[in-house]
Amino acid sequence: MRLGLVIDLDVCVGCHACAIACKQWNASGTTGPLADYQPYGAEPSGVWFNRIRHFEVGEYPHNKTINFPMSCMHCEDAACVTVCPTGASYKRAEDGIVLVDQDKCMGCNYCSWACPYGARELDRASGTMKKCTLCVDRIYDEAIPIEERQPACVLTCPAHARMFGDFDDPDSAVSRAVREREGYQLLPELGYNPTNHYLPPRKAPPIPTDQVGKPGFKERLKTFANKIVKR
Amino acid sequence: MHPAFSVIFFTVSSGAGFGLFALLYLSDLLGVGGGLTPRQVSLAGGIALVLIIAGLLSSVGHLANPKNAWRAFSRWRTSWLSREGVFAVAFFPFAFGYVGLSFLGTGSEALRLTLGAVATLLAWITVFSTSMIYACLKTIRQWNTPLVPANYLALGHYTGALILMLVAVDGQVDPAPYYHLVLAFLVAAAALKALYYFWIGSPVAASTIQTATGFTRAQVKLFDAGHTHGTFLTQEFGFQLARRWAVLLRAVVFVAGFLVPFLWLVQAGPTVSGGAGAVVALIALLGVLAERWLFFAEARHVVNLYHGAQRC
Repeated sequence: MRLGLVIDLDVCVGCHACAIACKQWNASGTTGPLADYQPYGAEPSGVWFNRIRHFEVGEYPHNKTINFPMSCMHCEDAACVTVCPTGASYKRAEDGIVLVDQDKCMGCNYCSWACPYGARELDRASGTMKKCTLCVDRIYDEAIPIEERQPACVLTCPAHARMFGDFDDPDSAVSRAVREREGYQLLPELGYNPTNHYLPPRKAPPIPTDQVGKPGFKERLKTFANKIVKR
Repeated sequence: MHPAFSVIFFTVSSGAGFGLFALLYLSDLLGVGGGLTPRQVSLAGGIALVLIIAGLLSSVGHLANPKNAWRAFSRWRTSWLSREGVFAVAFFPFAFGYVGLSFLGTGSEALRLTLGAVATLLAWITVFSTSMIYACLKTIRQWNTPLVPANYLALGHYTGALILMLVAVDGQVDPAPYYHLVLAFLVAAAALKALYYFWIGSPVAASTIQTATGFTRAQVKLFDAGHTHGTFLTQEFGFQLARRWAVLLRAVVFVAGFLVPFLWLVQAGPTVSGGAGAVVALIALLGVLAERWLFFAEARHVVNLYHGAQRC
């Protein structure tokens, strides 16, 4: 099994709900608590497993805002695991999830240097490295309904921009989405072979904008009516 | 990269210590300049061990959770950081044996020299492992080059040779070979550092904001990083050095690290006095500290592409 996420950049609205849900679940999860520094102060900061960036692609007027959620990619060739001197970082053989054993980590930051995706953040309160667990304490929990056995970010996404599944199964929803929508990996030239894939925005005909500003007969009639009717 | 002083001091101090130890052993073995006296061997060996231990203790200061530091000896089959620790610790029994037997003047000469040979080999492997901690990272283009181990080895031996010369000029051996050793390593280290700066400055294939986001056919700009204040990522990797400071500090590296020591040594000749030699060594060490600070400050991690950088 090779579990991971597919993120649909076509429909992500950039609401940060996945990051909030992630923080909420994992603050009391297996690697919790996730420290906050000055949460109500002048310089709020803290440990998050999921962060959303916003990019502008292309130049005006042919530009587009792309909301870009990023969490651990659970790489096939995870350099963060290779470089870990203590054995705290490991990749599970059964499902490919990359985890940090909080009891072994010495907080040397070396794995975060090896990660190109910024998936790992040091918790200054515990002195250990923390990262996305793919909600490992949730996806196998037989006490919750089967449809809820998914990562918190996937469950909460209001736009259904996130999918969770097994990339080793060619018929899984994630495999099919990647195949049909030309899903891609980030920074492929580094050779980490990340499991998570991103779906590019769909190719859609541009919405005509050259008629804007030239009102038709109906618009002119409405404007005329608005002028003579006193409100 | 954030230049952490604990790591800068560790690499400079233990690098000088391991370089000093290796050159001390070779000088002792080959009888350079008439052969070092046992007192000189134990003095130089003692300085080397102090430098190495001080550096290693400083490196522990970099850890956020040092109570688990002992576990770092476990993953030597994959991690250069683990190898560095394993080889550094393996070095000590042999090094203490060599320096101790030199100091006491007892035991067989063959045993003393064998211990020294193993320790020297481990010293070289340790410095190489230290440099490979950085050189193996594909995420940092400025580090992922064989010039990094070359720089670490050359600078460690250069600073070590300077200290060995200070020990050798007390009149009991011919100081000329030690003096020339310093000059040779100075030229080699300066040339390798110049090559390194040329290499990281010249445009080579690098990750860009396009490959980071997958939008390879258009201009991509960061619109919003998505956090209110800084994060661990911006603190650890977001360090930016203004270009004029980089140029100034590179000048400090070459002037303090190489040019001033070179001119001073050439002017003073092989019979340089101990006091003047100590001043030269201190200036050179300051230059190497600036070099190590720049090594971190100029490194650009690819995660910066997700925080606004166009290329790394």
